[in-house]
Amino acid sequence: MMMKREGEVRIPSGCAIAAVISKEGKRMSGQKIYECMKPMHDRSNGLGGGFAGYGIYPEYKDLYAFHMFFDDRDTRKLCEAFLKERFEIVQSEIIPTRKIPEITNEPIIWRYFVAPLKSMTEKMQIDEKEFVARTVMKINTQMKGAYVFSSGKNMGTFKAVGFPEDVGVFYKLEEYEGYSWTAHGRYPTNTPGWWGGAHPFTLLDYSIVHNGEISSYDANRRFIEMFGYKCNLQTDTEVITYIMDYLIRVKKLTLKEAATVIAAPFWSTIEGKEDMEEKERLEYLRKLFPSLLVTGPFSIVLGFDGGLMALNDRLKLRSMVVGEKDDKVYIASEEAAIRTMEPDAEKIWAPAGGEPVIVKVKDGAY
Amino acid sequence: MSIQYIYPEFEVIRNENRCIACRVCERQCANEVHSYNEDKKVMISDESKCVNCQRCVSLCPTRALKIVKSDCTLRENANWQNDTIKEIYKQAGSGAVLLSSMGNPKSFPVYWDKILINASQVTNPPIDPLREPMETKVFLGKKPDVIQRDENGNIKCEMPPQIELSMPVMFSAMSYGSISYNAHASLARAATELGILYNTGEGGLHEDFYVYGPNTIVQVASGRFGVHEDYLSAGAAIEIKMGQGAKPGIGGHLPGAKIVGDVSKTRMIPEGSDAISPAPHHDIYSIEDLRQLVFSLKEATEYKKPVIVKVAAVHNIAAIASGIARSGADIIAIDGFRGGTGAAPTRIRDNVGIPIELALAAVDQRLRDEGIRNNVSLVVGGSIRSASDVIKAIALGADACYIATAALLALGCHLCRTCQSGKCNWGIATQRPDLVKRLNPDIGSERLVNLMNAWRHEIKELMGGMGINSIEALRGNRLMLRGVGLNEKELEILGISHAGE
Amino acid sequence: MKRVYVNEEWCLGCHLCEYNCAFANSGLKDMADALKGKNIFPRIHVEGDEKISYAVSCRHCEDPLCIKSCIAGAISKVDGIVTVDRSKCVGCMTCILVCPYGALALGEEGTMQKCELCAKNSCGEPACVTGCPNKAIVFEDRG
Repeated sequence: MMMKREGEVRIPSGCAIAAVISKEGKRMSGQKIYECMKPMHDRSNGLGGGFAGYGIYPEYKDLYAFHMFFDDRDTRKLCEAFLKERFEIVQSEIIPTRKIPEITNEPIIWRYFVAPLKSMTEKMQIDEKEFVARTVMKINTQMKGAYVFSSGKNMGTFKAVGFPEDVGVFYKLEEYEGYSWTAHGRYPTNTPGWWGGAHPFTLLDYSIVHNGEISSYDANRRFIEMFGYKCNLQTDTEVITYIMDYLIRVKKLTLKEAATVIAAPFWSTIEGKEDMEEKERLEYLRKLFPSLLVTGPFSIVLGFDGGLMALNDRLKLRSMVVGEKDDKVYIASEEAAIRTMEPDAEKIWAPAGGEPVIVKVKDGAY
Repeated sequence: MSIQYIYPEFEVIRNENRCIACRVCERQCANEVHSYNEDKKVMISDESKCVNCQRCVSLCPTRALKIVKSDCTLRENANWQNDTIKEIYKQAGSGAVLLSSMGNPKSFPVYWDKILINASQVTNPPIDPLREPMETKVFLGKKPDVIQRDENGNIKCEMPPQIELSMPVMFSAMSYGSISYNAHASLARAATELGILYNTGEGGLHEDFYVYGPNTIVQVASGRFGVHEDYLSAGAAIEIKMGQGAKPGIGGHLPGAKIVGDVSKTRMIPEGSDAISPAPHHDIYSIEDLRQLVFSLKEATEYKKPVIVKVAAVHNIAAIASGIARSGADIIAIDGFRGGTGAAPTRIRDNVGIPIELALAAVDQRLRDEGIRNNVSLVVGGSIRSASDVIKAIALGADACYIATAALLALGCHLCRTCQSGKCNWGIATQRPDLVKRLNPDIGSERLVNLMNAWRHEIKELMGGMGINSIEALRGNRLMLRGVGLNEKELEILGISHAGE
Repeated sequence: MKRVYVNEEWCLGCHLCEYNCAFANSGLKDMADALKGKNIFPRIHVEGDEKISYAVSCRHCEDPLCIKSCIAGAISKVDGIVTVDRSKCVGCMTCILVCPYGALALGEEGTMQKCELCAKNSCGEPACVTGCPNKAIVFEDRG
């Protein structure tokens, strides 16, 4: 039997994650984030690495930045024609990369800065974000050989098959500056490795890096697919990204509320809550979204416009530590990674299972 | 008629060395199989009356008795099997429709037995239910589409009425009349102790059982027996029974002989009159009529009770369920073709309907395809036999399971399948006071509680093995299932992969 | 003190208690050996008809009339249990006459016997209680 391609089969994966954010909105070069993955080298197996940077495209901050992989030139032409029907393409260019022996077999990698055509959104009676989300979903499910791997504003993901520290060098991340960065090293157990399958996984400005293998996957997937999402990659990261997009963008939950949906407190914990309003709210959200409870081990960092949220599964089955220094907050699977970014990091602590760590850049600073 | 066309099906084997002639078998057999020969001082038996309910076997203090299948056999014929021929003899003698009880016993595939469950190895950890919390609580009911907030931005935590269950199993509908007062008492008490629900069936609710209201589903069926305002308000939920897995497409018939005393009072019909439930609800000839009944019942109970619509699993069940999900109902209950009954025409019981596994998979997928799975909860019954059946049903997409045959077995039923005779020696499917008293609800409820607690432990073990610590994360989680020996079409309908894939 | 109580609501009149009693007091290991082809002399008796039945055995009264009436001094109370010393009993049956419950009867050897709560055999709990199929007979301390 031929080994199945990604998307044809579910892919469990172990991993390393790391992130940094400046609460003051100070922009940092991408070099630190890829260097911090070096001490966690053994948490990846060379089959995928990637990064998300926020605040990296200030000159195009009002445009959606599509990062795309194409199998060949024809597909790219076809896809560009499709995009032109739906967007004004302000800028299109190759994403600059560096030839290094560690990274091979790269697809064609482009980026487009686009604005949705008003006529289209009005015709479909949906808002701009929903329009972009649907377009991404359409390309990724229906256009063979084309894949959108980043679609937010003033942010971008960079990913490849390889070890994460090499992927950073490949994409020349030292040339970008962002107020927050997330990183991922992948250890998949069921794939020959595919560029699109590397993480972070993103939709609009949400990006997720994740470590663990969730046991609720198909319950989550089959639920979220009712609402227009299509889990093409069959990875945990993909489904968690869609869940967060659904809860936060569509259902308008706060980050904290969304965290209590996917890492819901045990009923016995809810029972013991003395704050009646909190108790009622937790009960309500658990009853409302039973199918979005995520079980099994996970540690995730959700990146979004202006902030980060780190979250562990409710039993804390994966490692994740947080540290601080001045205006910066660091998150990683291992403390060693934090120490690489900031040797003098303070207040290193391990958040409890299900306890979200939300860090936001102060208003107006991004 | 002088010719006995049919040799008795069973033989009563009595070990004369062990029999002490205590005559308990004689006293306990309502079918009068056993008797005492005073002259010879021995017990004798008339096996032609034996239904193989095993009451005598279970009570014989010296284990002197056993019932075996008679080996008197007709000539073998793969086409004309023994049972088929005997049915012909019966009908040639009676000119009547054949009647049977309990579920379809024929050898159709049992899909539960061709589905295997996953467990965690290396890439994620199993969870030990003895050391970590393992949640089996579920809520049934419609989930609202829109989250509303007050002026301060706080979520308004109002929700349509929900049923809370400590584990995803309920006792399904069996009417007072078809089963005894003590059987109902056992179910009601066990449901209350377990934090689950039992179901009145179409027989009304005996006044003694109103105290168990919070753990009761009150049923409204086509005969509308025992339905009045207090009845509707008494339960935790109202179930409209459109059909039953054992006999889709037909109604019910409780003979006048069983409409005695409190049964008559509870059903609100005269003593001795036959209780005939029509095949359809005569105010529901199509889906829009169902919607009206759903809302009539909601109006009558001030929108405080979730409404369940129970249907038999028939060929186009997915489309039917889709209609129900848009009818305002909060919960759909689907009853598979193996579901039990107190009496049904044999031909219907054995030939009508489809397996619950396929019906469930088709309905769950259809409701998801239409984006309306959140409108309703799904409850399935029709032969859920064990904790692993429950797990498989939940993973296929059910919110909870209904059990009835398993519950009756816990009460002592030995599946002799002659409920229709009204002479249940176990005190379950009978109204004869001397037989009813054989089921002491102290024992009955304890055995039901034991059974459910045992299942709950097993459910937790199976969940823990999969690395799942809450039943919600198992619901519809079909990746946790694999088929063995199923063809592609069956796998496609079940929405699962074959083992090894 | 724990006593044997009978709830007539659940008594099926199956008479198993009588056989279990007779077996328990036979000292034999096999019920068929103990009871087959014999008249039995149980210390509990089922009274009643098809509609209502009730198993009767000694109540172990606070102030037992049988003890007062015994001309041979054969009946006494040991640890709350009314007990017959069959070596003293002369079989006059006065106790049968005075017992308001009909709890005493003649044994196989012509001396009195009565329920002694299986304290003298190896049953542990009274055999009628253990063997009752419907929990109609219970062994409880009701004060």
